[in-house]
Amino acid sequence: MKKNPSREELLKGIWRDNPVFVQVLGMCPMLAVTNSAINAVAMGMATFFVLVGSSFLVSTFRHLIPKQVRISCFIIIIATFVTIADYTLLALVPGVHKELGAFIPLIVANCLILGRQEAFASRYPTKLAVMDAIGMASGFVLALLSLGSVREILGDGALFGIKLFGENFEPWVIMILPPGGFLTLGVILLFFNWFKSKKDEFLEEVAAAQRSES
Amino acid sequence: MNAPANTGSPGSLRLVSTLAIAGLLSGIAIIGIYESTLPTITLNKARELREAVFKVLPGVSQMQALVHRDGELVVVTSPDKDEPVIYGGHDEQGQFVGYAVPAAGPGFQDTIAILYGYKPSEKLVVGMEVLESRETPGLGDKIYKDAEWVAGFGALSIEPEIFAVKKGTRSQPNEIDAITGATISSKAVVRIINEAHAQWSALLPAPGSEPQFEAAGQAPTESGQ
Repeated sequence: MKKNPSREELLKGIWRDNPVFVQVLGMCPMLAVTNSAINAVAMGMATFFVLVGSSFLVSTFRHLIPKQVRISCFIIIIATFVTIADYTLLALVPGVHKELGAFIPLIVANCLILGRQEAFASRYPTKLAVMDAIGMASGFVLALLSLGSVREILGDGALFGIKLFGENFEPWVIMILPPGGFLTLGVILLFFNWFKSKKDEFLEEVAAAQRSES
Repeated sequence: MNAPANTGSPGSLRLVSTLAIAGLLSGIAIIGIYESTLPTITLNKARELREAVFKVLPGVSQMQALVHRDGELVVVTSPDKDEPVIYGGHDEQGQFVGYAVPAAGPGFQDTIAILYGYKPSEKLVVGMEVLESRETPGLGDKIYKDAEWVAGFGALSIEPEIFAVKKGTRSQPNEIDAITGATISSKAVVRIINEAHAQWSALLPAPGSEPQFEAAGQAPTESGQ
Protein backbone atom coordinates (compact mmCIF):
# COMPACT_ATOMS: atom_id res chain seq x y z
CA MET A 1 0.00 0.00 0.00
CA LYS A 2 2.84 2.37 0.81
CA LYS A 3 4.14 1.92 -2.73
CA ASN A 4 1.13 3.61 -4.25
CA PRO A 5 1.28 7.25 -3.12
CA SER A 6 -2.01 8.40 -4.61
CA ARG A 7 -3.88 5.56 -2.95
CA GLU A 8 -2.17 6.38 0.30
CA GLU A 9 -3.28 10.03 0.00
CA LEU A 10 -6.80 8.89 -0.74
CA LEU A 11 -7.08 6.56 2.24
CA LYS A 12 -5.44 8.66 4.93
CA GLY A 13 -8.27 11.21 4.97
CA ILE A 14 -10.94 8.60 5.46
CA TRP A 15 -9.56 6.99 8.61
CA ARG A 16 -6.07 7.74 9.91
CA ASP A 17 -6.19 11.52 9.44
CA ASN A 18 -9.96 11.88 9.37
CA PRO A 19 -10.51 15.66 9.21
CA VAL A 20 -13.23 15.65 11.84
CA PHE A 21 -12.46 12.83 14.24
CA VAL A 22 -8.67 13.06 14.22
CA GLN A 23 -7.79 16.58 13.09
CA VAL A 24 -10.95 18.09 14.65
CA LEU A 25 -11.43 20.55 11.78
CA GLY A 26 -14.64 21.92 10.31
CA MET A 27 -16.49 21.83 13.62
CA CYS A 28 -18.92 24.61 12.74
CA PRO A 29 -20.85 22.83 9.96
CA MET A 30 -20.22 19.55 11.76
CA LEU A 31 -22.21 20.58 14.81
CA ALA A 32 -24.70 22.86 13.12
CA VAL A 33 -26.20 20.90 10.25
CA THR A 34 -26.02 17.30 11.40
CA ASN A 35 -29.48 17.24 12.96
CA SER A 36 -30.67 14.93 10.20
CA ALA A 37 -28.94 12.51 7.87
CA ILE A 38 -30.16 14.21 4.70
CA ASN A 39 -28.82 17.61 5.80
CA ALA A 40 -25.51 15.98 6.69
CA VAL A 41 -25.25 14.37 3.26
CA ALA A 42 -26.13 17.59 1.42
CA MET A 43 -23.60 19.55 3.46
CA GLY A 44 -21.02 16.81 2.94
CA MET A 45 -21.54 16.70 -0.81
CA ALA A 46 -21.30 20.49 -1.11
CA THR A 47 -18.06 20.46 0.87
CA PHE A 48 -16.80 17.54 -1.21
CA PHE A 49 -17.40 19.46 -4.42
CA VAL A 50 -15.76 22.63 -3.11
CA LEU A 51 -12.74 20.84 -1.65
CA VAL A 52 -12.00 18.68 -4.70
CA GLY A 53 -12.58 21.56 -7.13
CA SER A 54 -10.41 24.00 -5.19
CA SER A 55 -7.62 21.47 -4.65
CA PHE A 56 -7.56 20.72 -8.36
CA LEU A 57 -7.30 24.38 -9.36
CA VAL A 58 -4.87 25.37 -6.62
CA SER A 59 -2.58 22.47 -7.41
CA THR A 60 -2.74 23.06 -11.17
CA PHE A 61 -1.88 26.75 -10.85
CA ARG A 62 0.46 26.40 -7.88
CA HIS A 63 3.44 27.66 -9.88
CA LEU A 64 1.54 30.69 -11.18
CA ILE A 65 0.28 31.99 -7.85
CA PRO A 66 2.84 34.22 -6.09
CA LYS A 67 3.20 33.14 -2.48
CA GLN A 68 2.45 36.64 -1.15
CA VAL A 69 -1.11 36.54 -2.44
CA ARG A 70 -1.72 32.81 -2.23
CA ILE A 71 -4.25 32.94 0.62
CA SER A 72 -6.35 35.55 -1.24
CA CYS A 73 -6.20 33.42 -4.38
CA PHE A 74 -7.26 30.31 -2.44
CA ILE A 75 -10.19 32.21 -0.95
CA ILE A 76 -11.29 33.50 -4.37
CA ILE A 77 -11.17 29.97 -5.78
CA ILE A 78 -12.97 28.47 -2.79
CA ALA A 79 -15.61 31.21 -2.73
CA THR A 80 -16.33 30.68 -6.42
CA PHE A 81 -16.92 26.98 -5.90
CA VAL A 82 -19.08 27.67 -2.85
CA THR A 83 -21.25 30.06 -4.86
CA ILE A 84 -21.64 27.46 -7.58
CA ALA A 85 -22.63 24.86 -4.98
CA ASP A 86 -25.02 27.34 -3.36
CA TYR A 87 -26.93 28.10 -6.56
CA THR A 88 -26.91 24.48 -7.69
CA LEU A 89 -28.46 23.30 -4.41
CA LEU A 90 -30.99 26.14 -4.52
CA ALA A 91 -32.05 25.10 -8.03
CA LEU A 92 -32.03 21.33 -7.54
CA VAL A 93 -33.07 20.75 -3.92
CA PRO A 94 -34.67 23.96 -2.60
CA GLY A 95 -35.97 22.17 0.51
CA VAL A 96 -32.54 21.03 1.64
CA HIS A 97 -31.05 24.41 0.76
CA LYS A 98 -33.61 26.04 3.04
CA GLU A 99 -32.66 23.75 5.93
CA LEU A 100 -28.93 24.37 5.54
CA GLY A 101 -29.50 28.10 5.26
CA ALA A 102 -26.45 30.21 6.03
CA PHE A 103 -24.15 27.22 6.39
CA ILE A 104 -23.71 26.78 2.64
CA PRO A 105 -22.05 30.21 2.14
CA LEU A 106 -20.10 29.53 5.34
CA ILE A 107 -18.29 26.62 3.66
CA VAL A 108 -15.87 29.36 2.55
CA ALA A 109 -14.77 29.68 6.15
CA ASN A 110 -14.37 25.94 6.71
CA CYS A 111 -10.78 25.64 7.88
CA LEU A 112 -10.61 22.10 6.52
CA ILE A 113 -10.76 23.43 2.95
CA LEU A 114 -8.31 26.31 3.33
CA GLY A 115 -6.08 24.04 5.40
CA ARG A 116 -5.84 21.41 2.65
CA GLN A 117 -5.00 24.09 0.06
CA GLU A 118 -2.22 25.53 2.19
CA ALA A 119 -0.86 22.28 3.56
CA PHE A 120 -1.21 20.00 0.57
CA ALA A 121 -2.65 21.20 -2.75
CA SER A 122 -0.25 24.14 -3.12
CA ARG A 123 2.79 21.87 -2.70
CA TYR A 124 1.97 18.66 -4.53
CA PRO A 125 1.20 17.61 -8.11
CA THR A 126 -2.40 17.76 -9.27
CA LYS A 127 -3.03 14.04 -9.18
CA LEU A 128 -1.93 13.68 -5.57
CA ALA A 129 -3.77 16.86 -4.56
CA VAL A 130 -7.04 15.61 -6.04
CA MET A 131 -6.58 12.23 -4.36
CA ASP A 132 -5.90 13.94 -1.04
CA ALA A 133 -8.97 16.16 -1.49
CA ILE A 134 -11.21 13.20 -2.36
CA GLY A 135 -9.94 11.31 0.68
CA MET A 136 -10.35 14.21 3.08
CA ALA A 137 -13.76 15.13 1.69
CA SER A 138 -14.95 11.52 1.92
CA GLY A 139 -13.76 11.42 5.51
CA PHE A 140 -15.73 14.61 6.16
CA VAL A 141 -18.86 13.19 4.49
CA LEU A 142 -18.58 9.98 6.52
CA ALA A 143 -18.13 11.93 9.74
CA LEU A 144 -21.12 14.18 9.01
CA LEU A 145 -23.22 11.19 8.01
CA SER A 146 -22.40 9.19 11.13
CA LEU A 147 -23.18 12.14 13.38
CA GLY A 148 -26.33 13.02 11.43
CA SER A 149 -27.61 9.44 11.48
CA VAL A 150 -27.06 9.00 15.21
CA ARG A 151 -28.75 12.30 15.98
CA GLU A 152 -31.70 11.71 13.68
CA ILE A 153 -32.28 8.16 14.94
CA LEU A 154 -32.17 9.19 18.59
CA GLY A 155 -33.79 12.59 18.24
CA ASP A 156 -36.49 11.87 15.70
CA GLY A 157 -36.72 8.07 15.53
CA ALA A 158 -36.04 8.21 11.81
CA LEU A 159 -33.28 7.89 9.26
CA PHE A 160 -33.39 9.93 6.01
CA GLY A 161 -36.91 10.86 7.05
CA ILE A 162 -38.11 7.24 7.23
CA LYS A 163 -39.59 6.38 10.62
CA LEU A 164 -37.75 3.45 12.15
CA PHE A 165 -39.80 2.86 15.26
CA GLY A 166 -43.47 2.58 16.04
CA GLU A 167 -45.78 5.23 17.39
CA ASN A 168 -44.58 4.64 20.94
CA PHE A 169 -41.10 5.98 20.27
CA GLU A 170 -40.48 9.02 22.40
CA PRO A 171 -37.99 11.22 20.52
CA TRP A 172 -34.98 12.36 22.49
CA VAL A 173 -35.41 15.93 21.33
CA ILE A 174 -32.13 17.18 22.81
CA MET A 175 -30.26 15.11 20.22
CA ILE A 176 -31.44 17.24 17.29
CA LEU A 177 -30.87 20.45 19.24
CA PRO A 178 -27.37 21.95 19.41
CA PRO A 179 -26.37 20.18 22.68
CA GLY A 180 -27.00 16.83 20.98
CA GLY A 181 -24.30 17.67 18.46
CA PHE A 182 -21.76 18.23 21.20
CA LEU A 183 -22.83 15.08 23.06
CA THR A 184 -22.63 12.85 20.01
CA LEU A 185 -19.36 14.34 18.81
CA GLY A 186 -17.89 13.95 22.30
CA VAL A 187 -18.80 10.26 22.43
CA ILE A 188 -17.38 9.60 18.96
CA LEU A 189 -14.14 11.47 19.74
CA LEU A 190 -13.89 9.48 22.95
CA PHE A 191 -14.09 6.28 20.92
CA PHE A 192 -11.45 7.47 18.43
CA ASN A 193 -9.02 8.45 21.18
CA TRP A 194 -9.62 5.19 23.02
CA PHE A 195 -9.03 3.28 19.81
CA LYS A 196 -5.85 5.21 19.11
CA SER A 197 -4.40 4.63 22.59
CA LYS A 198 -5.26 0.91 22.37
CA LYS A 199 -3.55 0.74 19.00
CA ASP A 200 -0.44 2.51 20.31
CA GLU A 201 -0.33 0.13 23.28
CA PHE A 202 -0.64 -2.83 20.97
CA LEU A 203 2.12 -1.56 18.68
CA GLU A 204 4.39 -1.02 21.69
CA GLU A 205 3.72 -4.54 22.91
CA VAL A 206 4.56 -5.94 19.48
CA ALA A 207 7.76 -3.89 19.39
CA ALA A 208 8.71 -5.04 22.88
CA ALA A 209 8.03 -8.67 21.95
CA GLN A 210 10.21 -8.31 18.86
CA ARG A 211 13.02 -6.77 20.90
CA SER A 212 12.98 -9.58 23.47
CA GLU A 213 12.99 -12.18 20.74
CA SER A 214 16.04 -10.81 18.97
CA MET B 1 7.91 30.52 4.28
CA ASN B 2 8.38 27.50 2.17
CA ALA B 3 4.83 27.42 0.84
CA PRO B 4 4.17 27.45 -2.90
CA ALA B 5 6.97 26.74 -5.25
CA ASN B 6 7.48 30.38 -6.18
CA THR B 7 10.72 31.86 -4.98
CA GLY B 8 12.10 35.38 -5.17
CA SER B 9 9.93 38.41 -4.75
CA PRO B 10 7.65 39.20 -7.67
CA GLY B 11 6.77 42.82 -8.36
CA SER B 12 3.53 44.29 -7.12
CA LEU B 13 2.21 44.40 -10.69
CA ARG B 14 2.46 40.63 -10.79
CA LEU B 15 0.60 40.32 -7.46
CA VAL B 16 -2.14 42.72 -8.49
CA SER B 17 -2.60 41.15 -11.91
CA THR B 18 -2.77 37.64 -10.43
CA LEU B 19 -5.55 38.68 -8.10
CA ALA B 20 -7.30 40.64 -10.83
CA ILE B 21 -7.27 37.66 -13.18
CA ALA B 22 -8.46 35.32 -10.41
CA GLY B 23 -11.24 37.75 -9.55
CA LEU B 24 -12.25 38.14 -13.17
CA LEU B 25 -12.43 34.40 -13.79
CA SER B 26 -14.33 33.93 -10.56
CA GLY B 27 -16.79 36.65 -11.57
CA ILE B 28 -17.38 35.03 -14.94
CA ALA B 29 -17.98 31.64 -13.30
CA ILE B 30 -20.43 33.12 -10.80
CA ILE B 31 -22.38 35.01 -13.47
CA GLY B 32 -22.51 31.81 -15.50
CA ILE B 33 -23.94 29.72 -12.68
CA TYR B 34 -26.34 32.49 -11.65
CA GLU B 35 -27.71 32.87 -15.17
CA SER B 36 -28.03 29.14 -15.72
CA THR B 37 -29.83 28.39 -12.44
CA LEU B 38 -32.04 31.49 -12.30
CA PRO B 39 -34.91 30.09 -14.45
CA THR B 40 -35.10 26.92 -12.34
CA ILE B 41 -34.98 28.88 -9.10
CA THR B 42 -37.71 31.29 -10.22
CA LEU B 43 -39.82 28.36 -11.38
CA ASN B 44 -39.35 26.55 -8.06
CA LYS B 45 -40.38 29.63 -6.10
CA ALA B 46 -43.44 30.20 -8.26
CA ARG B 47 -44.46 26.55 -7.93
CA GLU B 48 -43.97 26.62 -4.17
CA LEU B 49 -46.13 29.72 -3.88
CA ARG B 50 -48.80 28.22 -6.12
CA GLU B 51 -48.89 25.00 -4.13
CA ALA B 52 -49.08 26.96 -0.89
CA VAL B 53 -51.99 29.06 -2.16
CA PHE B 54 -53.91 25.97 -3.26
CA LYS B 55 -53.22 24.37 0.10
CA VAL B 56 -54.51 27.23 2.23
CA LEU B 57 -57.57 27.81 0.05
CA PRO B 58 -59.32 24.46 -0.45
CA GLY B 59 -61.30 24.25 -3.68
CA VAL B 60 -59.19 26.79 -5.51
CA SER B 61 -57.70 25.93 -8.87
CA GLN B 62 -56.75 29.34 -10.26
CA MET B 63 -55.09 32.31 -8.70
CA GLN B 64 -54.09 35.87 -9.47
CA ALA B 65 -51.91 38.38 -7.69
CA LEU B 66 -53.65 41.43 -6.25
CA VAL B 67 -52.27 44.68 -4.94
CA HIS B 68 -53.93 47.63 -3.27
CA ARG B 69 -53.60 50.76 -5.41
CA ASP B 70 -55.57 54.01 -5.18
CA GLY B 71 -58.14 52.63 -2.78
CA GLU B 72 -58.99 49.43 -4.58
CA LEU B 73 -57.61 45.99 -5.26
CA VAL B 74 -56.21 45.61 -8.74
CA VAL B 75 -54.98 42.54 -10.57
CA VAL B 76 -51.31 42.66 -11.46
CA THR B 77 -49.13 40.28 -13.40
CA SER B 78 -45.81 41.31 -11.89
CA PRO B 79 -46.12 43.23 -8.65
CA ASP B 80 -43.50 45.83 -7.80
CA LYS B 81 -40.88 44.84 -5.32
CA ASP B 82 -41.76 45.80 -1.73
CA GLU B 83 -45.40 46.15 -2.65
CA PRO B 84 -47.61 44.01 -0.42
CA VAL B 85 -49.35 41.38 -2.51
CA ILE B 86 -52.22 39.06 -1.74
CA TYR B 87 -53.54 36.33 -3.96
CA GLY B 88 -57.12 35.94 -5.04
CA GLY B 89 -58.15 32.30 -5.35
CA HIS B 90 -60.86 31.25 -7.79
CA ASP B 91 -62.48 27.89 -8.48
CA GLU B 92 -62.71 26.24 -11.90
CA GLN B 93 -65.69 28.36 -12.97
CA GLY B 94 -63.76 31.50 -12.07
CA GLN B 95 -65.86 32.10 -8.97
CA PHE B 96 -64.05 33.91 -6.18
CA VAL B 97 -63.27 31.67 -3.21
CA GLY B 98 -60.97 33.61 -0.94
CA TYR B 99 -57.73 35.43 -0.43
CA ALA B 100 -54.34 33.93 0.31
CA VAL B 101 -52.45 36.46 2.39
CA PRO B 102 -48.69 36.27 2.91
CA ALA B 103 -47.58 37.62 6.27
CA ALA B 104 -44.42 37.64 8.31
CA GLY B 105 -43.35 38.54 11.80
CA PRO B 106 -40.89 37.71 14.54
CA GLY B 107 -40.96 34.17 15.90
CA PHE B 108 -38.87 32.57 18.62
CA GLN B 109 -35.63 32.53 16.64
CA ASP B 110 -36.12 34.46 13.44
CA THR B 111 -38.81 35.82 11.17
CA ILE B 112 -41.62 33.41 10.46
CA ALA B 113 -43.22 33.84 7.04
CA ILE B 114 -46.62 32.30 6.56
CA LEU B 115 -49.45 32.26 4.07
CA TYR B 116 -53.03 32.00 5.26
CA GLY B 117 -56.27 31.54 3.42
CA TYR B 118 -59.14 33.88 4.26
CA LYS B 119 -62.75 33.66 3.17
CA PRO B 120 -64.18 37.18 3.51
CA SER B 121 -67.82 36.10 3.08
CA GLU B 122 -67.65 33.96 6.23
CA LYS B 123 -64.85 35.86 7.96
CA LEU B 124 -63.01 32.58 8.35
CA VAL B 125 -59.39 31.58 8.16
CA VAL B 126 -59.45 28.38 6.12
CA GLY B 127 -55.83 27.33 6.03
CA MET B 128 -52.32 28.22 7.13
CA GLU B 129 -48.98 27.26 5.66
CA VAL B 130 -45.55 28.18 7.03
CA LEU B 131 -43.36 29.36 4.18
CA GLU B 132 -40.21 30.13 6.11
CA SER B 133 -39.14 29.53 9.67
CA ARG B 134 -36.04 28.81 11.68
CA GLU B 135 -37.89 27.72 14.80
CA THR B 136 -36.24 25.19 17.10
CA PRO B 137 -36.17 21.71 15.55
CA GLY B 138 -38.34 19.35 17.56
CA LEU B 139 -40.18 22.12 19.40
CA GLY B 140 -40.97 25.33 17.52
CA ASP B 141 -40.97 23.59 14.16
CA LYS B 142 -44.23 21.94 15.17
CA ILE B 143 -45.91 25.06 13.78
CA TYR B 144 -45.60 23.32 10.41
CA LYS B 145 -44.95 19.71 11.41
CA ASP B 146 -47.84 19.25 13.85
CA ALA B 147 -50.72 18.21 11.58
CA GLU B 148 -53.31 18.77 14.31
CA TRP B 149 -52.21 22.37 14.82
CA VAL B 150 -52.16 23.12 11.09
CA ALA B 151 -55.59 21.51 10.73
CA GLY B 152 -56.81 23.84 13.50
CA PHE B 153 -56.69 26.67 10.95
CA GLY B 154 -59.16 24.83 8.71
CA ALA B 155 -62.16 26.87 9.84
CA LEU B 156 -61.18 29.45 12.36
CA SER B 157 -63.15 32.58 13.00
CA ILE B 158 -61.05 35.72 12.96
CA GLU B 159 -63.65 38.08 14.45
CA PRO B 160 -62.49 40.07 16.34
CA GLU B 161 -59.19 38.17 16.35
CA ILE B 162 -57.72 34.73 16.91
CA PHE B 163 -56.66 33.65 20.37
CA ALA B 164 -54.18 30.89 21.12
CA VAL B 165 -55.35 29.05 24.23
CA LYS B 166 -53.86 26.26 26.33
CA LYS B 167 -54.16 22.91 24.63
CA GLY B 168 -57.53 21.29 25.17
CA THR B 169 -59.32 24.42 26.38
CA ARG B 170 -60.63 25.61 23.01
CA SER B 171 -64.27 26.67 23.42
CA GLN B 172 -64.86 29.58 21.01
CA PRO B 173 -64.76 29.52 17.19
CA ASN B 174 -61.95 32.08 17.27
CA GLU B 175 -59.73 30.07 19.60
CA ILE B 176 -57.02 27.61 18.64
CA ASP B 177 -55.12 25.17 20.84
CA ALA B 178 -51.52 26.32 21.22
CA ILE B 179 -48.83 23.65 20.80
CA THR B 180 -47.44 22.23 24.01
CA GLY B 181 -43.71 23.01 24.09
CA ALA B 182 -44.00 25.59 21.35
CA THR B 183 -46.16 28.24 22.98
CA ILE B 184 -44.07 31.17 21.78
CA SER B 185 -43.95 29.94 18.20
CA SER B 186 -47.65 29.13 18.05
CA LYS B 187 -48.60 32.47 19.61
CA ALA B 188 -46.28 34.16 17.09
CA VAL B 189 -48.16 32.55 14.19
CA VAL B 190 -51.49 33.69 15.62
CA ARG B 191 -50.15 37.20 16.17
CA ILE B 192 -48.80 37.38 12.61
CA ILE B 193 -52.21 36.41 11.22
CA ASN B 194 -54.03 38.89 13.46
CA GLU B 195 -51.71 41.74 12.49
CA ALA B 196 -51.94 40.98 8.79
CA HIS B 197 -55.70 40.70 9.05
CA ALA B 198 -55.98 44.02 10.85
CA GLN B 199 -53.89 45.60 8.14
CA TRP B 200 -55.74 44.08 5.19
CA SER B 201 -59.33 43.94 6.38
CA ALA B 202 -59.78 47.69 5.85
CA LEU B 203 -58.36 47.45 2.34
CA LEU B 204 -60.44 44.52 1.09
CA PRO B 205 -63.61 45.27 -0.88
CA ALA B 206 -66.99 44.24 0.51
CA PRO B 207 -67.68 40.51 0.13
CA GLY B 208 -69.16 39.86 -3.30
CA SER B 209 -67.34 42.66 -5.08
CA GLU B 210 -63.92 41.04 -5.28
CA PRO B 211 -61.89 41.53 -8.46
CA GLN B 212 -63.01 39.23 -11.28
CA PHE B 213 -60.68 36.55 -12.43
CA GLU B 214 -58.69 37.70 -15.44
CA ALA B 215 -57.37 34.86 -17.54
CA ALA B 216 -54.41 36.93 -18.64
CA GLY B 217 -53.63 37.79 -15.06
CA GLN B 218 -52.46 34.30 -14.21
CA ALA B 219 -48.82 35.15 -14.56
CA PRO B 220 -46.36 35.14 -12.88
CA THR B 221 -47.52 32.16 -10.89
CA GLU B 222 -48.89 30.23 -13.85
CA SER B 223 -45.35 29.52 -15.02
CA GLY B 224 -45.14 26.76 -12.45
CA GLN B 225 -47.13 24.37 -14.62
